[in-house]
Amino acid sequence: MKMITAVIKPFKLDDVRDALNQIGISGMTVEEVKGYGRQKGHTELYRGAEYVVEFQPKVRLQLAISDDRVDAAIEAICKAANTGKIGDGKIFVSALEQSIRIRTGETGDDAL
Amino acid sequence: MKTSISLALCTALMLVSAGASAQEINGADTAWILTSTALVLFMTIPGLSLFYAGLVRSKNVLSVLMQCFALTCLMSLVWFAVGYTIAFGSDGVEQGMWIGDFGNMFFANIGMDSVNGTIPATLFAIFQMTFAIITPALIVGGFAERMRFSAMLLFSTLWMVLVYAPVCHWVWGGGWLGAMGLQDFAGGTVVHITAAVAALVAALMIGPRRGFGTVAMPPHNLTLTVAGAGMLWVGWFGFNAGSAVAADGSAAMAMLVTHLSASAGALAWMAMEWLRHGKPSMLGTVTGMVAGLGTITPASGSVEPAAAVLIGLTAGVVCYFATGYLKNKLRVDDSLDVFPVHGVGGILGTLLAGIFCSTQLGIFSGNGFSDGISSIGGQLMVQATGVVSTLVYTAVVTFILLKLVGALVGLRVDGDEETQGLDLVLHDERGYDL
Repeated sequence: MKMITAVIKPFKLDDVRDALNQIGISGMTVEEVKGYGRQKGHTELYRGAEYVVEFQPKVRLQLAISDDRVDAAIEAICKAANTGKIGDGKIFVSALEQSIRIRTGETGDDAL
Repeated sequence: MKTSISLALCTALMLVSAGASAQEINGADTAWILTSTALVLFMTIPGLSLFYAGLVRSKNVLSVLMQCFALTCLMSLVWFAVGYTIAFGSDGVEQGMWIGDFGNMFFANIGMDSVNGTIPATLFAIFQMTFAIITPALIVGGFAERMRFSAMLLFSTLWMVLVYAPVCHWVWGGGWLGAMGLQDFAGGTVVHITAAVAALVAALMIGPRRGFGTVAMPPHNLTLTVAGAGMLWVGWFGFNAGSAVAADGSAAMAMLVTHLSASAGALAWMAMEWLRHGKPSMLGTVTGMVAGLGTITPASGSVEPAAAVLIGLTAGVVCYFATGYLKNKLRVDDSLDVFPVHGVGGILGTLLAGIFCSTQLGIFSGNGFSDGISSIGGQLMVQATGVVSTLVYTAVVTFILLKLVGALVGLRVDGDEETQGLDLVLHDERGYDL
């Protein structure tokens, strides 16, 4: 099992979800986050006072999936979230030790 | 002998009745000023309050709302006690050059049947009260996010008695500036210059907010600001058109020129941002609107539509540059830009009224010079005298009052309290629990 964490541009969330749905991945957890990498910040101007806002709004999604679907998921996210511009985000893959469905007590791949 | 006595009596009676008819209440005038009074109060609560509240950081939102609300209540009582009589004195008493007579302390000579012009004297007193409320509330923008609440109350009370009321007398209450022929229809000098100069002096004396210029202090909720701005625009109809103190052509013209100037001011500021920064902003647009409104205020009884558009456009451009200059070049933390918008606008409008009141300017002609003045130069001299005297008097007295209040209770919260935010530190509550 793997945990896939992807940080993407907020307006790409719907596209990414659709792409994942199409390959049969229909569960995920999403949160609104702020951060920056190479994109750096943007400036805001209020009556002549200029502020550099370093943290960009991003969406972070997490999905726990079985090993055999990892490549497909990565490909789907990459394709859907790509705008070709700096700041498209990153995908992190990490090993997942265990998963349990609370209602039934199922574990491992059965719980995904 | 008998005949002559009865004749004399008859004449006396006729004179009395003639006097009474000159003092008769006009229903239309009364209805409009009742409405205007509500509109001008609406400018402060909630108009200006929301306008300011959105511009501060979320930890200080209540402190600003609280200052505006508490000032509304306190200034009403101060106006009732002494403010009104210093500004307008009492009926039938010869008014001095500098302050009114003290016959109307606690509205002593104002009853249900008293008349002032064509409206009830009670109505004139409360209409003027709403102006006395918004003026100190405007000053809040200069010292926002750092002044002690107690110091603010004490300062505003003294300021009302020693600055607003006397200047109001000079211009509108029978004092020297009015007698000289100053054209200030709705308060360029009385309201905007006094408030803005006080805000600037306060900003300089209290000092900048902690981190000013290095820490980002963006407005926390521009939605509130824009809502408040819309209320200010609507309320300003009562402010300017109500200042005709009648429901007549002068009131309607004041409303028209006010609206046009606000529109032109908003577009001018928006255009400046678009040209210089690449994007037009919502905050810039509403700030330009306030600049247009503040600038037309003194001129709203003197000028006609074409000049009003010109005045609004000038206001948007000049106040835009003034705001950047004060903040970025002079590094003065007039936190909500009271001086560059209201002060520069008030000065500009008072001077421009002296030009565009001329009847010789073709489409830009206005309603004429004051009695005894025959040229633009002559009227401009009077306008400049009004501006300079109001500016200098306000600056000096405000300085003294802040020194005094500072010595008595301290003007500013301490550094940690300021960082924590005035809402929690001074009022034990938060504006948002999200």
